[in-house]
Amino acid sequence: MGLVALVAAALVGFWELYHWVWVSTGWTWPFVVNDTSMPHVWTIYNAFGEPAQVNQPALINVLLHKAAFTAKEAAAGFGLGAVIGFVLAVVLAHVRLLQRGFLPYIVGSQTVPILAIAPMVVLWVNPRLPGSLQGWGAVAVIATYLTFFPVTINTLRGLQSADPRALELMRTYAASRWAVLWKLRVPASLPYLFSALRLAATASVVGAIIGELPTGLQDGLGGAIINFNQYYSIEPQELWATNVIAAALGIAFFVIVVLAEKAFVRRAPEETA
Amino acid sequence: MSEVTATPAVVRVEGVTKTFPRGYVTALENIELEIAPREFVSLIGPSGCGKSTLLRVIGDLIEPTAGTVRVNGKSARQARRDGDYGIVFQEAVLYDWRSIAKNIALPLEMLGWSRQRRRERVAEMLDLVELTSFADHHPWQLSGGMQQRVAIARALSFEPSLLLMDEPFGALDEMTRERLNLELLSIWEQTGNSVVFVTHSISEAVFLSSRVVVMSPRPGRIAGVVEIDLPHPRTVDTREASRFFELVTEVRELLRMRGEHLLPEEEAVLE
Amino acid sequence: MTLRPRIGVVVGWLPPFVVFALVVGLWEGLVRALHVQQFLLPKPSTIISVFWTQRHVLWPAGWYTFKEALGGFAIGSGAGVVAATVVGRFRTAGQALMPIFIAANAVPIIAFAPIFGAWFNPIQPQSKMAIAAVLCFLPVMVNTLRGLQSARPRQVELMRSYAASELEIWRRVRVPTALPFLFTALKVASVLSMIGAIVGEYFGGAMNALGVTINTDAQIFQFDAAWAGILVASLLGIALYGAVVLAERLIVRWSPEARAS
Repeated sequence: MGLVALVAAALVGFWELYHWVWVSTGWTWPFVVNDTSMPHVWTIYNAFGEPAQVNQPALINVLLHKAAFTAKEAAAGFGLGAVIGFVLAVVLAHVRLLQRGFLPYIVGSQTVPILAIAPMVVLWVNPRLPGSLQGWGAVAVIATYLTFFPVTINTLRGLQSADPRALELMRTYAASRWAVLWKLRVPASLPYLFSALRLAATASVVGAIIGELPTGLQDGLGGAIINFNQYYSIEPQELWATNVIAAALGIAFFVIVVLAEKAFVRRAPEETA
Repeated sequence: MSEVTATPAVVRVEGVTKTFPRGYVTALENIELEIAPREFVSLIGPSGCGKSTLLRVIGDLIEPTAGTVRVNGKSARQARRDGDYGIVFQEAVLYDWRSIAKNIALPLEMLGWSRQRRRERVAEMLDLVELTSFADHHPWQLSGGMQQRVAIARALSFEPSLLLMDEPFGALDEMTRERLNLELLSIWEQTGNSVVFVTHSISEAVFLSSRVVVMSPRPGRIAGVVEIDLPHPRTVDTREASRFFELVTEVRELLRMRGEHLLPEEEAVLE
Repeated sequence: MTLRPRIGVVVGWLPPFVVFALVVGLWEGLVRALHVQQFLLPKPSTIISVFWTQRHVLWPAGWYTFKEALGGFAIGSGAGVVAATVVGRFRTAGQALMPIFIAANAVPIIAFAPIFGAWFNPIQPQSKMAIAAVLCFLPVMVNTLRGLQSARPRQVELMRSYAASELEIWRRVRVPTALPFLFTALKVASVLSMIGAIVGEYFGGAMNALGVTINTDAQIFQFDAAWAGILVASLLGIALYGAVVLAERLIVRWSPEARAS
């Protein structure tokens, strides 16, 4: 915890130092530094307390609401993506032919720029969702798309990582494939699965934010980013404040997964030099 | 102890041959072997003589190219399905994510035992290998010798009539090895199953067994059998008896004699 | 005997081919049969024909965006390796800071795209290169650092017994150990850089950039052109990924990943 505070202080210090040096010397590489491009840390801090627009609550409240909205999409995407990824990995681990056939496309699926197909996904998914799920549901689908991939790849590797001697032992117990899966492969794959879930946590937040951009949803952080981007030259600190909240959301999801891992996984400490 | 009674053999190997297509290696050629109830039989020989392969054929982990194996009167496959044997490898193969007690319970879970029954049996087994206070520890917290004792407890947890052991103490130091030899014998006296024990160590084979089967490589054959008439129970003093040395020498001579067509440098492989 | 390995290679490629043929066939069939709104999901045949007829627009656009991605990939990965090397020198600092770096990877960089646009003139390629670079930097740095730290104690001890200097230990043990980790990260980074460039263009980019083209096509409901653009983007991303895999096979021949493929 102390280390986090130290790093935070160092970042703030570095930021202000960079600001001061670049302003004093007038360097323009890599980019021009002034109060607009790099607002002071305290400007950003103060912006949280003020309302962004007239007759609105303080920025921090607005942003937290939007963060909660985006979090809802990300969490749904995370859950769905994790389940789909896990099931897909189990199927691929057991049917080599399917694995060879589908794996290249699963990898390839991630090269499709999600932002580009997001509008089509939204147009197609929204009408098919019940009323209460519309809007954010489509974004959750996009978040799922980004989440399932790391889960599939890592879980597959984990399922295949069982010690061959342990597999042989299972043969001596005449174990069914189901038993081998649940008693050996899945527990052995947990470290890999959690490594995947850490990536998935981030991916789901990114997916949720990206998904909100073309859909024009005002309720989430993506909408806030577009909004504040439009008057960045006047009030840069508001976009920065939004980004701070977005960063905090991503980190929060990540930390939850890390804590869950600590609770669930017990394994031998690693030996490194 | 080494009397072969008229009761049916626990293991009967007849004419078993195993060739591996890749490299055309004849790992086993026409093996004939019978193991009676309560017998402790060691398989010993240089690398490549097929002792581990034979063990795996008995356990239906490898299919023979020719010949039959009957365990408890059934085919090897059926015996495996019925849980007629327990196996201990050179590595303990314990699950890091399970406690010691849960590791021992693994085969019992697979056999569908109730929780109550499992708990009782695990307690019995822990007592048998004297690891009761370590029930809730995890494998990496135990020494190599202790891990092997857990593996033995696990193998015996469902009371199989046959115990297959593939150089189980090979990775341990000599003192731990000798201590575990004594423990294994005491466990064997209590459980009364047959044991097929693969080893590289002549003294270990002689100390533990009622019969030592010497094998030779290329192709894998039984070179000879030495009956061990040392009295039971065997203790630390048994290792210093003159009869012990005679038997060790007999086994060694058998290994060398059958190894006369070995290249000189391979002689060093034998003890 | 020489025919056997060739057949093995062909058989190895068969499943993906079969899947590809099946999926495309199914897609085409379903769209025709169910009369799926053409504007949402055009037939593969339509996409391919647009891909070809619009190639004088799409392919240069793709190349422009690809250069942005490549630049970002190179800068970000290079910086990541350098940073990992520097942090790796100071073992205790490296191990203490590792959790911080991993947590930093959880920040959605994409949210900073508009700010990069503000810094580097939204039209110019530098802003997209910056996004791609930042996206690549952390995975490469974290993975390379982990690789540098994962030399087994036995191997380092052996080197010390030869009275090797720290630099030699680095060269002979730590760097080779780190290479497979580096390539894993580069595979991820290659895909991320292309995505970063295109998403970055959403917030502003030159008219002849691929992301902008796809976006404008989608906004004027020319979805078949948009899909053709997406196809171009996907192919380029796969190409970059493939190049990294090829490099991995050549440079890191001993790793399990390279041996597996």
